[in-house]
Amino acid sequence: MHTLRVVRAFLAVGVLNIVQYRSDFVIAVLNAVVNLVTQLLGLSVIFTNTADLRGWTPDDLLILIGVHFFISGLVGLVVRPSMEALMEGIRLGTFDYTLTKPADAQLLASVRVFAPQSLTDVVVGTGIIAVGIARTGRGLGAAEVLLFLVTLLAGFATVYGFLLLLSTMAFWFVRLDNILVIFQALFGNAGRWPVGIFPGWMRPVLTFVVPIAFAVTVPAQALTGSLSVTGALTSVGVAVLFLVASRAFWLVALRRYTGASA
Amino acid sequence: MTTRAPDAPPAGRPRSGPSFGRFSGAALAAYYRQQLISTLAVNLAYRGAVAIWVLTSIIQPLVFIVVWRTVAGGGSTGGYSAAEFVAYFLVMMVVDHLTFIWHMWEFEYRIRNGTFSPLLLRPVHPIHNDVCENLSYKLIGLVGILPAAVLLAVVFDADLSGTSPTTVLAFAPAVLLAMVLRFVVEWCVALAAFWLTKVSALNAVFFSLFTFLGGQFAPLDVLPGWMQTLAAWTPFPWTLAFPVEVLLGRRSGSDLLLGYGAQLLWIAVALLVLRLLWGRATRRYSAVGA
Repeated sequence: MHTLRVVRAFLAVGVLNIVQYRSDFVIAVLNAVVNLVTQLLGLSVIFTNTADLRGWTPDDLLILIGVHFFISGLVGLVVRPSMEALMEGIRLGTFDYTLTKPADAQLLASVRVFAPQSLTDVVVGTGIIAVGIARTGRGLGAAEVLLFLVTLLAGFATVYGFLLLLSTMAFWFVRLDNILVIFQALFGNAGRWPVGIFPGWMRPVLTFVVPIAFAVTVPAQALTGSLSVTGALTSVGVAVLFLVASRAFWLVALRRYTGASA
Repeated sequence: MTTRAPDAPPAGRPRSGPSFGRFSGAALAAYYRQQLISTLAVNLAYRGAVAIWVLTSIIQPLVFIVVWRTVAGGGSTGGYSAAEFVAYFLVMMVVDHLTFIWHMWEFEYRIRNGTFSPLLLRPVHPIHNDVCENLSYKLIGLVGILPAAVLLAVVFDADLSGTSPTTVLAFAPAVLLAMVLRFVVEWCVALAAFWLTKVSALNAVFFSLFTFLGGQFAPLDVLPGWMQTLAAWTPFPWTLAFPVEVLLGRRSGSDLLLGYGAQLLWIAVALLVLRLLWGRATRRYSAVGA
């Protein structure tokens, strides 16, 4: 209950900010539209040259792009801005104030900054997924929808855990903001394509080292009907693993952290 | 910094900002020499940051290689086999690194927090500072990009059979002109920051056009016909796809001369636009706090 109130307070601040700077919202919408048109043009160029991309039809890929939009919207809504603020705080010493507050520090650090303009990506993503499903012409069963929601949640949790692991390293290596840039480049470029098209030696990297596969490909597979139960279970397992590992790493980091001035 | 060209305007004339042609060639050469040395030192000091940027610039071509190799399969697409796609995107990666500039993002920041003011107060046009910073970054970055290109060429078995000493020779002027062209064009677009407070949407449109019409997403021959026609009338292919195709031996004879001509023509147009825009931009500029 307390946790929810903390999250709600930060969310309210984020909304107040965006209401002040309304043009940021317009710009986020414009960016999402340009991004969408770019993606669709890319798909159309690919599929004028081939009928399917290693088993993925144009509609399947459309769904995948929708999932990518959705997940990047969620990550951009609170995880990425908060992690950026966390690293900045560690570098400048302002993180110490977070530690003095009576709520859990990981919670405070994770929901610190809301950027509601990212919701445009979530909306666009939902729209694309809907269009993609409608175009395949296959009805969706309750089981498929459930599988999709579970894997989507697991994928999001995995990315959160991964980003928290990365950001926590800032306690040791102060200047790490560029690390997020690498993740962003990998997620933004490689994440838009099914992991299956990558050569064998790259797939484990994109699955376990930088867990893009579980965030995008697996939920999309749940909707295109090519996800096995084992795949879904693995996704949930990996999510739990990333959450537990990142929490443990966070606690270790806090225990040896002596403050900016010490 | 006291050497003045004879055509420098009289001191009493009101001026909107630094102008071209105020310096003698010798003074400018001395400026470039020192500025290159100091920006090289800066980039060497922050070599970790440079390394990370280089790493991120490998990711996109790598993904495109994977995608188009999958599309080509065992056959060929738009005149490219899988191995030729690999060669195309790796050369594209190097050309992109050599022509890349970051000022479209930097200007918004410079204007918002006022760091543009000291640059404008210097007696030399700020573009010279940016050219030096850019060149030294590219030079240091090449230390990472070139080995990465070679490594990926071996891993993915790139087909460079069209490349010969002749095409390398023809590539040199093409890539130099492309560097100049892209620098001037993007510097012009960057000036939009004088009018707009947020430039990210404009940049997104520009880069979307660049990705397709410049041949970054796919070789131009693979694009649908209408896109190829559209591309030919923009400066984009002449900054990226053209030098790449020259090195791969896909452009020769009159095609080659036409390309150089188009590059020179666009550079002239871009410089003219730059001159017009710069005067207006600096007249508009009022520093934060001024």
